[in-house]
Amino acid sequence: MPEVIIEASALHKEYSGFPAVKGIDFAVAKGECFGFLGPNGAGKTTTMNMVQGYSPITSGTLTVFGMDRRKDHRNINARLGVVPQENNLDPDITVLENLLIYARYFDIPKSVARERAASLLDFMSLTDKKDERIPKLSGGMKRRLMVARALINEPELIILDEPTTGLDPQARHMIWQRLGELKSSGRTLVLTTHYMEEAEHLCDRLVIMDGGKILTEGTPRKLIKKYVKGSVVELAMPESGPARVLECLKGIEFEHEVSGSVLYIYTEDAATALDKAACFAASGFRHRQATLEDVFLKLTGRELRE
Amino acid sequence: MNDFLTPPRVGRRAFKVWQRDRDAWYKFYKPSLIGNIAEPVLFLLAFGFGLSKYITDVGGMPYINFIAPGIVISSAMNAASFECAFGSFTRMSAQKTYDAIIVTPVNIEEVAAGDIMWGATKGFISAMIILPILVLFGLIESPWLVLSPLLFALAGLMFASMALIVTAFAPSYDFYAYYFSLVVSPMFFFSGIFFPLDTMPEWVSMAAWFMPLTHAVSVSRALATGDVSFTLLGDVLWMLVFTLATSWVAIKFIRRRLVK
Repeated sequence: MPEVIIEASALHKEYSGFPAVKGIDFAVAKGECFGFLGPNGAGKTTTMNMVQGYSPITSGTLTVFGMDRRKDHRNINARLGVVPQENNLDPDITVLENLLIYARYFDIPKSVARERAASLLDFMSLTDKKDERIPKLSGGMKRRLMVARALINEPELIILDEPTTGLDPQARHMIWQRLGELKSSGRTLVLTTHYMEEAEHLCDRLVIMDGGKILTEGTPRKLIKKYVKGSVVELAMPESGPARVLECLKGIEFEHEVSGSVLYIYTEDAATALDKAACFAASGFRHRQATLEDVFLKLTGRELRE
Repeated sequence: MNDFLTPPRVGRRAFKVWQRDRDAWYKFYKPSLIGNIAEPVLFLLAFGFGLSKYITDVGGMPYINFIAPGIVISSAMNAASFECAFGSFTRMSAQKTYDAIIVTPVNIEEVAAGDIMWGATKGFISAMIILPILVLFGLIESPWLVLSPLLFALAGLMFASMALIVTAFAPSYDFYAYYFSLVVSPMFFFSGIFFPLDTMPEWVSMAAWFMPLTHAVSVSRALATGDVSFTLLGDVLWMLVFTLATSWVAIKFIRRRLVK
């Protein structure tokens, strides 16, 4: 059993009477990338805030590096790197100064801070921008600088709240690549995301949250297998309803879901299902591999969240 | 509420927050200093020279000499108040600088304390750059002057922590209009800078006793004129106790605002 970095049990958080996280349990092992997925308001950010020591815990227990989150703020946070959902870089000072001033909060000596800042700027491809002020940076550069800043204390645990939301594909892939490298170097990563692709790409294990609770936990592959089979056929719903299509597919193992004007067929047996393509050819269909997004929508529903 | 009574957990790391504020200010210090010099000098010119034809002497000295020590200390008040009002609010709300700092080993109480120290520093700087101008024009002559920096530092802490309490409750920048027009401006006009309080009806001087600036002005004037007596210890003690209380309250309320 590898070392446990974060352990939460019956972790509960209320904001003036409103429960945002309702008694969740999870454990993150050293060196893994652990994801929190869920629609807005699921309690992901609240959970991150508790792990970072930003928000106090209402009840339950939470240990980080084996230390009590309630009592050991300084010792825990000295070993933690945080990339919050909203960028909070210092706009008045330059890119390099943002790193150097942040290093001071961790008591990092000036010469060490300079060395680390230079190599982090290089790592995040920001060396050319080191003397720019923050408002001059693009969204992707700001996000990369946020990641660099979170690494200034060489943290063992890095918490990223929606690290790539709003970025273009180039910036997103660059950040994914760097996060992958950090994981290979033995750091533990915890992230929240709305991008299923991101979760599948980066996370060894993940939980799906909704309404302050954890709905399920596992590796992306296991979750797909468990909840939505291997492949999906999406087709426009026939005017007469799904009955005729379902009847026609008799004999193969499948599950179906109706959402609006779309009928989803989930099955392990893609080949046979496609043999029966005549059943749904009339409505026009699309066959694809099942993804985490299918799991997500199945578990959390398709209706819009605020 | 229980937590409100436990002493703030402020350690040496508050100094790192002060350093951050200093480094950010250093980028813009020139326009900031010019503003600091211009305003008090304008007041001296307008009131001191402007009124000197009509008011020949107050308390045995030319009117401009009478108001100079008060103008200096009000400059410390303004600079410290502005810093911990608009400056701190910007760092707390718009820039989220506080949020960035409190996920490091620095805690929120140290952030608040560091901002108070920085506000005090701004007040200190503001008064210190005017002082030589006044000495140069012969408006202040007493050797007691050498104690002025201590007064500026104390007044800076006092007004910085007062303003930070307002910041802990401010929903937006507009909110500060209340503080500046209902607290800071009345203090400026009724704390004995422009006229001696003992010539006013008794209720005025009694009301003035409750204003922090009154005590700062009387100490400042005593150090400038050399008319130093033991009653000044009362003023200093008043300021010390008040500063301790306001900084405590400011730190606790900033904590309450940020920690959710």
